[in-house]
Amino acid sequence: MFYSLGRYILLLKLSFKRPEKFSVYWNEVMREMVSVGIGSLGIICIISVFIGAVATIQVAFQLDSPLVPLSIAGRISRDSTILEFSPTISALVLAGRVGSAIASQIGTMRVTEQIDALEIMGVNAPGFLIAPKIISGISMIPLLTVISVALGLGGGYLACVITRDITPADYIQGLQDGFNPIIVTVCAVKSIVFGFIITSVCAYNGFYTEGGALEVGQSATRGVVYSCIMILFADLMISSMLL
Amino acid sequence: MIEIKHIYKTFGDNEVLKDISAKFMPGKNNLIIGGSGSGKTTLLKCIVGLHEPTKGSVIFDGQDFTNMNFEERVPIRTEIGMLFQNSALFDSMTVEQNIMFPLNLFTEKSRAEKLERANFCLERVDLAGKNKLYPSELSGGMKKRVGIARAISMQPKYLFVDEPNSGLDPKTAILIDDLINELTEEYNITTVIVTHDMNSVMGIGDHVIFLNDGKKWWEGSNKEIAHTDNQELNDFVFASKFMQAAKAKL
Repeated sequence: MFYSLGRYILLLKLSFKRPEKFSVYWNEVMREMVSVGIGSLGIICIISVFIGAVATIQVAFQLDSPLVPLSIAGRISRDSTILEFSPTISALVLAGRVGSAIASQIGTMRVTEQIDALEIMGVNAPGFLIAPKIISGISMIPLLTVISVALGLGGGYLACVITRDITPADYIQGLQDGFNPIIVTVCAVKSIVFGFIITSVCAYNGFYTEGGALEVGQSATRGVVYSCIMILFADLMISSMLL
Repeated sequence: MIEIKHIYKTFGDNEVLKDISAKFMPGKNNLIIGGSGSGKTTLLKCIVGLHEPTKGSVIFDGQDFTNMNFEERVPIRTEIGMLFQNSALFDSMTVEQNIMFPLNLFTEKSRAEKLERANFCLERVDLAGKNKLYPSELSGGMKKRVGIARAISMQPKYLFVDEPNSGLDPKTAILIDDLINELTEEYNITTVIVTHDMNSVMGIGDHVIFLNDGKKWWEGSNKEIAHTDNQELNDFVFASKFMQAAKAKL
């Protein structure tokens, strides 16, 4: 474990060495941003609307009491969407979509000697391959999380309109009640940390792939599993430290 | 000139290379031959720095490559071109982008100049007009030729080639050999080729090093191979009936 941790840290250090030519790396960063950001937009939109809707319906069901104002469902739904559902569930889904793509892409490049080709040319392969992915992860995943929060809250509104368990007016009232800005900070910190974990852990697993197609698949699976576990661990740590 | 001195390479308990020393002739085709598992590719990777030798040194023009760090190696690496066994073209880039990639990173040329160089390299390997194709759209022989075009794009002093003919039909294999030979002569490149293809050895082997069981067993020219009394080399070279028949005619 310590061997892997040390190798992971050394790989990160290599990844952020001064680039040979900034413009070439910048193009890679832009390409990765499109891949991570635009490429994941569809799945994030779909899951966010459904999660927001389901969260609102379930909260409304659990608070079905004349003693509790209905608007509280909107408030609970808002807080849980911003604090947990949007950053964490989006990150777990993105670990599957983005993380497996990163690990399998880099792993395939390793087993087909494309990484060797980079090194022969004198290119810092970790810097060229991994740094743009990490930069795109820590910039695009927070943006995707913002979209996810908006769509999650929108999904909750839709659930109110469709099911009428609580009225849309009560839901909107709940969204506005007792807002504490710290939840936005927690959400932002989580999404940045999760973006880093997904891209760096999966890139690490891909970079040290040895063998052939079977091992590339195993690296991708390992990358996704490890990044999911680390996301949940980081989620716990951030929540306990910041809340 | 490239010189290797007392190279050893060990993976765990497995000693793959044992005390190999050699000088590679400048401006000539230097072939490293040997059976599967003899250590040819490992030796090539030690020379270009993809593997670090366990012991020994690799000298490029008097500079000890093995003792250099990554940054110190960059100037030498920009003088190295390499063709990999599976070509190792970047899948996400077109043919043109593959060839222009090292130019983008290590030169200050304008886009027009880089494009001109890429087109020249593509013409040189008879692939003019294939700029916009992706590696997945190319045949095995075309991939090798694009790999060569990329390798020569920086006008290298040294060209390393790993199994240039693997997976190619005999006719295409000869075309690739001829192309490497022409480039070596035309640009006075020191070429090091790892192969077990006897057609390559007999066709372009100016200087041949035979490895067996991780050791250097024989060194000489392709003309000397037919007359050697080295038993292991004879067993390797004349393993096929075709080569036995050719020897009988000599």
